[in-house]
Amino acid sequence: MIAELGHFALIIALCVAIVQGVVPLLGAWRGVPEWMALAVPATRAQFLFVLLAYLSLTYAFIAKDFSVAYVTQNANAQLPLFYRISAVWGAHEGSILLWTLILAIWSLAVSIASGALPDAFRARVLAVMGLVSCGFLLFMLMTSNPFARLLPAPPSGRDLNPLLQDPGMVIHPPMLYIGYVGMAVPFAFAVAALLGGRLDAAWTRWTRPWTTIAWVFLTAGIALGSWWAYNELGWGGWWFWDPVENASFMPWLVATALMHSLAVSEQRGAFKAWTLLLAIFGFSLSLLGTFLVRSGVLVSVHAFATDPERGVFILGFLALVIGGALALYAWRANAISGGGNFRLMSRETLLLINNVLLVVACATVLLGTMYPLIIDALGLGKISVGPPYFDAVFAPLMLPLVFVLGIGPLTRWKGDEAGRVVRLLRVAFVVSLVIAIAIVLVTAGYSPLLLAALTIAIWAIATTLVGVLLRVRSKADIWQGLRTLPRGFVGMSLAHVGVGIFIIGVAFTTSFSTDRDVRLGPGDSEELAGYRFQFDGVGDHPGPNYTAQRAEIRVFRGDKQVAVLFPEKRLYPIQSQPMTEAAIDVGFTRDLYVALGEPIGDGSWALRLYYKPLIRWIWLGPAIMALGGLLAASDRRYRRSRKARRAVGAADSPDSDSGMSPEASRG
Amino acid sequence: MRPRRQRMIFVGVVLIGVAIATALALTAIGENMLYFYSPSQIAAGDAPRGHDVRVGGLVVDGSIARQANGLEVRFDLTDTSATMRVAYTGILPDLFREGQGIVALGKIGNDGIFQAREVLAKHDENYMPPEVAEALKLAAEGGNMPNPHEKGVPGKP
Repeated sequence: MIAELGHFALIIALCVAIVQGVVPLLGAWRGVPEWMALAVPATRAQFLFVLLAYLSLTYAFIAKDFSVAYVTQNANAQLPLFYRISAVWGAHEGSILLWTLILAIWSLAVSIASGALPDAFRARVLAVMGLVSCGFLLFMLMTSNPFARLLPAPPSGRDLNPLLQDPGMVIHPPMLYIGYVGMAVPFAFAVAALLGGRLDAAWTRWTRPWTTIAWVFLTAGIALGSWWAYNELGWGGWWFWDPVENASFMPWLVATALMHSLAVSEQRGAFKAWTLLLAIFGFSLSLLGTFLVRSGVLVSVHAFATDPERGVFILGFLALVIGGALALYAWRANAISGGGNFRLMSRETLLLINNVLLVVACATVLLGTMYPLIIDALGLGKISVGPPYFDAVFAPLMLPLVFVLGIGPLTRWKGDEAGRVVRLLRVAFVVSLVIAIAIVLVTAGYSPLLLAALTIAIWAIATTLVGVLLRVRSKADIWQGLRTLPRGFVGMSLAHVGVGIFIIGVAFTTSFSTDRDVRLGPGDSEELAGYRFQFDGVGDHPGPNYTAQRAEIRVFRGDKQVAVLFPEKRLYPIQSQPMTEAAIDVGFTRDLYVALGEPIGDGSWALRLYYKPLIRWIWLGPAIMALGGLLAASDRRYRRSRKARRAVGAADSPDSDSGMSPEASRG
Repeated sequence: MRPRRQRMIFVGVVLIGVAIATALALTAIGENMLYFYSPSQIAAGDAPRGHDVRVGGLVVDGSIARQANGLEVRFDLTDTSATMRVAYTGILPDLFREGQGIVALGKIGNDGIFQAREVLAKHDENYMPPEVAEALKLAAEGGNMPNPHEKGVPGKP
């Protein structure tokens, strides 16, 4: 009954979404205020019905309603409640429902916060989001109905994939989806601007915080995914250049470029057409990511060809959205151009370099991800493009990017003297180089790439500090000065420091990690990186829906015991799937990581031991970046400008470029 | 700077960036591409020696042999028409077992035994790596996998 209610809610949501997508657009075109005004209530109604559908599915999981096929495939009577709720997005149908719900939430947020926008613009933005929602609702109803019944109902289900029974996997997909779908907001703004034929400073100021928040969630989602893979896959790796990972990384790269190009568009009115293009690409890549992960094309190009229903739908939808947006762009972008002039040595040029590098990096990831699929589809054989390719292309692109990151914020808009910038930053450069050389000498782990990576990472942090010092040194009281810094500036500084911390973590983990596969009997011990791992044997350890064999390993440094680790080998009987549950001793400067292999006769076990220096920094960096993004999105000037515009009146937004923030003029 | 010149610089920077990246990416992809071969192709000597390749097939029942006091494992891989011997040192993935389809990455040694550096078995008992599935199907039909090397896909031999 509840499942039918959910199904019905989806159908109504589709009807409402069609109204939301079509009527306001026509209204904006013909200038009918009543039609435009329909956008807001339609958005809210659609949200309610999608929410109702989502809650119905959640209820089916909580109530263990195994007559719903999707519940049977992804839950089991013994599955704990916590994982039953998260099992809603454990597989295809529910993920798409979550996607649609998040889109409805973003639309609702836009409808609430957009009261100050010109009516026609607001109507167009919400209509575009409604059209995107139509696509996903249709997709669900036509090819992947999460409420399909399975009669007669089996007594219990197949259980959730054990890999997904982890707290990291519970929050990773929603975070990532919020980020993915959040890119629909700048996309909708871009399409609305193209339809309306104008793009002023108010547009960019409006789009910026939304883009930043979507980027924050993307950053957090990707970092969580990496953390989950490290905890759960038992290989001690934090990034695999797997197509599924790449699918989330590509929108992130474009979103990062978009945030920076929006800064230029807002402050200087330049790069407008380029900004629109990035907004379109960002969302297109989110859709492409969904297509790659959800169509089965990654499992096999041929599986996709033999069961093409879903894949063809997404591909068609993708072509429609991307093709339509690009065609609109080609047709209208000429109306949106111009903007401030700038000299070669200026912040605009440096941000341009930033954008080119990020977009090129994204293109290389796209190439590496799609190339094997294309070769296979052409019948030329099976190839795979492994991490060495991505490592080889990425480092040469990221080093100059981070170098420019250090210079950009200290360079003035419009034009600057190269000599002035060099004078400001030469100390920071020498300091970075000296510290990096010192680290390399102390650790005796020289490689050109390590030296370059450390230098550039410390450079990112040092130049950011120089920027902050320049801002506060004129103030009488430094703490007072720090507190009055605009949040946009503080957020940017934090994010850039996060980049530095991330790179230090990557450089250390990559260069100095050690691991060893060993065979240990009870009482045996093994030495690794100055730690002694003593194996005390394996015992049984039952869990709620699995049985486990659990090893006890005491870790000593010298004579002092630093940790006791309990790696497990679990067996989930319902899926008859074994799972290695690694045990990790977490530390700020290093992780100790033990994975239990298999028994090898006479009470001995195969074990894999890892020592991973500074690996926490790999997630600390993105966490600081995300925090910076949140701060930047809450900058006062977005709120103030909104209030100001409300005062002027909602009829038309003032085309003011006067709202340049302090940093614009001072640099 | 006049808008016209500005646009020239814009286009110039973009073009230079794209050119460098294309060169980088194509070189890197050529050098780091891994070809897949089935046991039949290995038996026929299609795969180059001394280069990393990927192989895949079913683990033959009763063929898994572990070294008495070490971590080396040897097992046979088959696509039902040919069989090859694989050696691997270390911990095998959770789903490695007899009859399971797996993919191994490594080199063919001088003794003809495939020295695997990495063994992959996906996390699902029903899952068959797509390459393996196709190799099995083609072996059953008496055909052969396309050889990317012969087909002229760019990259190392």
